[in-house]
Amino acid sequence: MTWLRKRVLLFVSLLTVAYLMLPLLVIIVLSFNKPKGRQNTAWNEFSLAAWTNICRDQTICDSFWVSVRIGLVVTIVATILGTMISFALIRYRFRGQLVTNSMIFLPIATPEVILGASLLALFLNIYVPLGFWTITIAHILFTISFVVVVVNARLAGLDPRLEQAAMDLYATPFQTFRYVTFPLVLPGVVAAAVLSFSLSFDDFIITNFNSGTTVTFPIYIWGAALRGIPPQVNVIASIMFLGTLAVMALLVAVARNRSKTKVVK
Amino acid sequence: MAADLNLQRLTREFGEHTAVDHIDLIVPQGTFFALLGPSGCGKTTTLRMVAGLEEPTSGHIRLGDRDITDLPAYRRPVNTVFQNYALFPHLDVFDNVAFGLKRRKVADVKKKVSEMLELVELGKMADRKPGQLSGGQQQRVAVARALINEPAVLLLDEPLGALDLKLRRQMQIELKRIQIEVGTTFVHVTHDQEEAMSMADTVAVMNLGKIEQMGDPISVYEHPKTAFVANFLGQANLLKGDIVGEENDHLVVDVHGVKFSVPRSEAPVHDGRIVIGVRPEKITVVDPGVTTLPKNQVAATVIDSSFIGVSTQYLVESPWGQPMIAFEQNRDPTDVARPGDPVLLGWEPRHTFGLDPDEDLKAGLQESVPAL
Amino acid sequence: MIPYLLILPGLAWILFFFLVPLLSLVATSLQKRAGTSLSEGFVPALQFSNYTSALGEYFPQFIRAFLYAGIATALALVIAYPIAYYIAFKATKYKYLMLVLVIAPFFASFLLRTNAWKTILSADGFVVETLNALSLLPEDRILNTSVAVIFGLTYNFLPFMILPLYASLDRIDPRLVEAASDLYASPATGFWRVVWPLSMPGVLGGVVLTFIPASGDYINAQLLGSTNDKMIGNVIQAQFIVLRDYPIASALSAMFMFVLLIIIVTYIRRVGTRQLV
Repeated sequence: MTWLRKRVLLFVSLLTVAYLMLPLLVIIVLSFNKPKGRQNTAWNEFSLAAWTNICRDQTICDSFWVSVRIGLVVTIVATILGTMISFALIRYRFRGQLVTNSMIFLPIATPEVILGASLLALFLNIYVPLGFWTITIAHILFTISFVVVVVNARLAGLDPRLEQAAMDLYATPFQTFRYVTFPLVLPGVVAAAVLSFSLSFDDFIITNFNSGTTVTFPIYIWGAALRGIPPQVNVIASIMFLGTLAVMALLVAVARNRSKTKVVK
Repeated sequence: MAADLNLQRLTREFGEHTAVDHIDLIVPQGTFFALLGPSGCGKTTTLRMVAGLEEPTSGHIRLGDRDITDLPAYRRPVNTVFQNYALFPHLDVFDNVAFGLKRRKVADVKKKVSEMLELVELGKMADRKPGQLSGGQQQRVAVARALINEPAVLLLDEPLGALDLKLRRQMQIELKRIQIEVGTTFVHVTHDQEEAMSMADTVAVMNLGKIEQMGDPISVYEHPKTAFVANFLGQANLLKGDIVGEENDHLVVDVHGVKFSVPRSEAPVHDGRIVIGVRPEKITVVDPGVTTLPKNQVAATVIDSSFIGVSTQYLVESPWGQPMIAFEQNRDPTDVARPGDPVLLGWEPRHTFGLDPDEDLKAGLQESVPAL
Repeated sequence: MIPYLLILPGLAWILFFFLVPLLSLVATSLQKRAGTSLSEGFVPALQFSNYTSALGEYFPQFIRAFLYAGIATALALVIAYPIAYYIAFKATKYKYLMLVLVIAPFFASFLLRTNAWKTILSADGFVVETLNALSLLPEDRILNTSVAVIFGLTYNFLPFMILPLYASLDRIDPRLVEAASDLYASPATGFWRVVWPLSMPGVLGGVVLTFIPASGDYINAQLLGSTNDKMIGNVIQAQFIVLRDYPIASALSAMFMFVLLIIIVTYIRRVGTRQLV
């Protein structure tokens, strides 16, 4: 009985993980399905057709690559701009810091419909044609804030005395940044970049407002949801999910290994 | 005695590692007891088991005739002053101190808390948050928060570790004063031997999960039973030799041809190999040729001398090449020997203690200090 | 000088593509129709009646958005707290693995995950059949009910609750829990007197970060709900993209944003911007 009581929290947590994973399981299982009609919602027959011929419907793969291209541009721009802001916020004291903080916070705390709708209102009012670049602009806007939050967390945990020690050991400000600060902040920046890409890649609501006729991967899914999502979409989602899981697990394993050797030493 | 703390065969294993190894211990009610040892020796684990924060693998904890081994921490009449204090950051000083009383629904919380805050001289700080207090003040709040519950035993887990040296000495006196005033049993865990000896009625020296030696500070310091205790509690010169004879209750020990006397009562063995030891402050350092020296004598060469104010500390080399240390009271600082000077060391046979010949002479020495 | 140069490009981006559009939204919300039909476009004006007519027509969707988001946020808090607590205090060497398991699902498409719930909750699915066998479903179904919408919202925004909670719980010194227990607090009392108040920044952060996107969401209502479950997000989306009645859509957005701004400002006043995630 006490054995059970001590593990209640563990069981509840594992149940929660199962709850979080359940839809993923459905997505993966249905990627091996040969749907009966157009709707791939019920199990019919095992088939590898979708896995062996992902681009059977060219629009799936086209929309996938549009999302990848947007995601890459967004990741590069947002990571650079966000990291710069983060450095200013953590490493300097300046007037207007609180305002800056609030400005960063606001886009996170604004629902995507509002972000999308207001940008659309702006683009309409100044007659900007909707498409690849309006989507990219919108995505950069809402990912910058997330980059700042993630890099801040890493940077705030960084002892400023390490940089002072580098300077004391004859490193110029640039060398200090290059050999001390940047390598130490890099994990945070990488995490921020990964987050930016996934936020951009998966965004539907804001994109839907500002896409015009450009079709991103989520827009394709949305359109397909009405007439039936082909299993190829499940294949792509499964690959992305399992890939992310593998990369993250690998990073955790590496990090744990590293900390282990540290303790032993 | 009604509320003696009694540990019986107390053991705690973490996987393969035995942190506390079948400890038997009685702490009489009202005493100031110090559990002393290097980090990782099991002293904190022992304390946490008494507090109820760690479950023993086997063994029993009794308080008087009550077995409290299976009592959860929140039902034990035992309170702890935590390392780094663990003050509740969201509560002010008053609410921190009142915490235990409120949980037990004791009456007169307000009056009791203000009295307790007076005792630790924090009457004016009642509405401050822990973050607004200095280290010394936080320490007092932690003591007040535990002591107000009138525990049968107060446990102190390295309570002074975070304070600077001067404040630490001041708090040691303060804690001793409070202990005498309230008469509660204090069990104090520390790795600082001076702290342990200056405060405690009884000191237990722990190593590798076991108690190596226990007793009042003077007897443990003057008569260490193991090399570990000799080295960890202060400093010691340990010399390996052979017992070659006996005269008037004293054994004669030959160390590389030099003869020393050690009281028979101080020696664990009476023939064959033996280790003898002497504390550095017992040794007199004189110029060669001086004849008014105690009986145990050896010629040596000064390697280094350092003047540290109250005394001068000598590092010398014995004729057989073993480094030895000697402290000389600083009565006349002009008379300091220089490196290279030949000197004569002398000490009383009664200041010599004997150890088992199988003892590891380096036990209890800190790694960072070169083995002397 | 350096910090200003560092924040300039990013802040300019936010200024130009967030604050300016918000103002432009407010301006649009006051425009009036150029002619009688929508296709003739709009001209600048100060037509405040857009607000009253928008509110008059879509008040139920407003209330529903806040109600559904509120329930979903409360459910998310209840579901997230135990696992966040477990990861922060008990998971020890599995800490990061658990975090990965919690975060990873959200790297797979939001739309597909929501669609997957459609499969799981469908009428001939295991869940509904079991619940029906126990006669626990008043409407015999889950899909196309408010339950499904709230369920979807809870699921989709759960990480926004778990992560701030975890961050906040992870910062609590476990010795404080021990100290409470040492001072006669039972595990339950120790939790309510020490852990819960100290995790408050995470609770507030999680509530704000879950409630706001949930209240503005329209995908869950669209995919999992019936026509009676439409939320304010659905209305704004339809007005902007389908009906193209920009002033009414903008007025709705502005009112919605105004309510949320009150929440955000209260939050920043209380906790500051630091505690975030």
